Amino acid sequence: MESTARDFNSNVDHALADPNLQDSLSKLKVGFSERRRQAAERLPEFEALRDRARDIKNHALANLDFYLEEFERKVLALGGHVHWAPTAADARRIIGELCQSMGARTVAKSKSMVAEEIALNEHLEAIGIAPIETDLGEYIIQLRHEPPSHIIAPAVHLTKDQVADTFLEHHAKLGFTRRLTERNDLVAEARHVLRQKFLDADVGLTGANFLVAETGSSMLITNEGNADLSNTLPRMHIVLASIEKVIPTLEDAAVLLRVLARSATGQESSAYTTLNTGPKRPGDLDGPEHYHVVILDNGRSAVLGTEMQEILRCIRCGACMNHCPVYGAIGGHAYGWVYPGPLGAVLTPQLIGVEEAGNLPNASTFCGRCESVCPVRIPLPKLMRHWREREFERHLTPVAVRQGLALWSFVARRPRLYRGLTALANRVLALFGRADGRYRALPLAGGWTRYRDLPAPPAGGTFHAQWKKKGPT
Amino acid sequence: MSEAPTTARAQILNGIRRSLRRGEITGEQREAVEERLARPPLGPTVARAQLAQPEKVALFCQWAEANNATVARVAASDVAAEVVSYLARNNLPARAAMAPSPQLADYDWDGQKMLSLRRGRGEAADQVSITGAFAGIAETGTLVMASGPEHPVTLNLLPDTHIVVVRESDIVSGYEDVWTRLRQRYGKDRMPRTINTLTGPSRTGDIEQAMELGAHGPRRMHIVVVPT
Ligand code: SF4
Repeated sequence: MESTARDFNSNVDHALADPNLQDSLSKLKVGFSERRRQAAERLPEFEALRDRARDIKNHALANLDFYLEEFERKVLALGGHVHWAPTAADARRIIGELCQSMGARTVAKSKSMVAEEIALNEHLEAIGIAPIETDLGEYIIQLRHEPPSHIIAPAVHLTKDQVADTFLEHHAKLGFTRRLTERNDLVAEARHVLRQKFLDADVGLTGANFLVAETGSSMLITNEGNADLSNTLPRMHIVLASIEKVIPTLEDAAVLLRVLARSATGQESSAYTTLNTGPKRPGDLDGPEHYHVVILDNGRSAVLGTEMQEILRCIRCGACMNHCPVYGAIGGHAYGWVYPGPLGAVLTPQLIGVEEAGNLPNASTFCGRCESVCPVRIPLPKLMRHWREREFERHLTPVAVRQGLALWSFVARRPRLYRGLTALANRVLALFGRADGRYRALPLAGGWTRYRDLPAPPAGGTFHAQWKKKGPT
Repeated sequence: MSEAPTTARAQILNGIRRSLRRGEITGEQREAVEERLARPPLGPTVARAQLAQPEKVALFCQWAEANNATVARVAASDVAAEVVSYLARNNLPARAAMAPSPQLADYDWDGQKMLSLRRGRGEAADQVSITGAFAGIAETGTLVMASGPEHPVTLNLLPDTHIVVVRESDIVSGYEDVWTRLRQRYGKDRMPRTINTLTGPSRTGDIEQAMELGAHGPRRMHIVVVPT
């Protein structure tokens, strides 16, 4: 996926001015977040499970080479194949060649953030193979030529009406000429259109939530069942997974499953959790004849052993973005690349470079909600602070500024964002207070009107210049 | 497939080792990880599913219903009649694709003259499937399906309506008990090709975060719980 992380600041301004996006984002608080809270409260062991989940991932990372080799050994023993891809380009080439070896014209894809990361669809299209996204959210944004805005709900930025318009535009030629108004009708229409595509696909491509070293199984979790159709119907199943997805045993998977669904959607369990181990067996009436796992590094091994290593524990639940006031105000697209929210703010500079994505770690109020909900207890604010310190060192910025100016300028220049964050004003104020007495007078204490919450930014003109330009609204 | 697979493999594995500032794992550390693989440590126990068998079955049914499945508890002799009655209650045709499983063979299908059964894999045109579960998980009302010649995966996925028969004695507390049973049945190094765990019918929250049933898999799931 092409990055626009460099344009983060203008992306944010666009996002804040988009009424459909703001409408969709307003549902996050009552949706995923509230459901997560209830699910966590229903399970007395939840906090203990989080501790254990953290320890399991730490153990796996400390022995990552061993578990990857063990995983490979098991896959080979059951007739599957393993491919190692140091870079995104390697993974694209391997998958392209596998598809060509089947004479594939279409590939049924189940949502994979790693596939987004390596821009797989663009590559497949370039070699004449049509990738078909089958996760409903991914399908919607594929039709709209948009990138995902959330790692578990890629179309969370869209309203039902926008989806209805998109379906009418693209499905009319298939005979669906009525504009739908109900969600269940939209789901039914997509099911109908995609079912035939599943049956026609030559290759099914999925990601993996976990790779289980003990059994050589890839583990996939969905609510829709699209991953299962992708790995059952086509003649070849390709699993694309990054190195840190490997965990030791099925018992470890049980712990991680318990925290993953609850953190993601607040469900006790997702509808489908599937373990695939090798190709179809003798006598089986269905399943793929060929089974390939592509293991991608793409910069991750270099993160091991650094102060950023903890981000590799991430199990991609999305809770940090669901609970992030900045994500809640600007949505996922503003982050400019595959991984939005606090996770993206830490991971994106790592994977595509601090030159490109150095602005992202500033998109935080350091309120700490992300860390408080992360099922594997990643200290996201601390890791963002690491990036900022590195970035400031690069620019030889004075120490006093390091403490809060970037955040201040980021938030303060955006009145709507600022308003969205008023609940956090006190913490933010405290942060400035620590930095330098000068900032105590900043207008961050609430009670501001629509006319008055245009604080003077450090760059880009004085308060009066801004006032003149924008005028009272 | 890739030009120099061993090189790519070595590049990644050596990169990991360099970052972790060590070579390949050897000696005591290796023994420790091998031991951990051979005898996997258990995570924290979820107390709510640590129950006597009858309560475990009740908890399974309770969660399955919470997950939008329907549940019927009937005697083994009434399984086929329950299936026919369920189909009639829901205005569905008395026609189904059934897993060619010995586990299902004992029920009185022949006594149901109205019901037409095809034994085999699931096909695109099937509206209803009937399968037998490997296990049920009381903690979350989840069904565990193990693939094999007698248990085609397509039956779990393609039809609109999925009817699953599960025996009370196969209902266990949590995932950990399922793994133990799988290792006993298939051997530690030989998982079935596919394990589908099913927690209610297919659903999606992808439009405005509101759950809608029947995204790609079955819209309806009916679970028939049978005493052993
Ligand atoms: S960083 Fe934590 S909260 Fe965020 S997606 Fe990853 S696991 Fe979930």
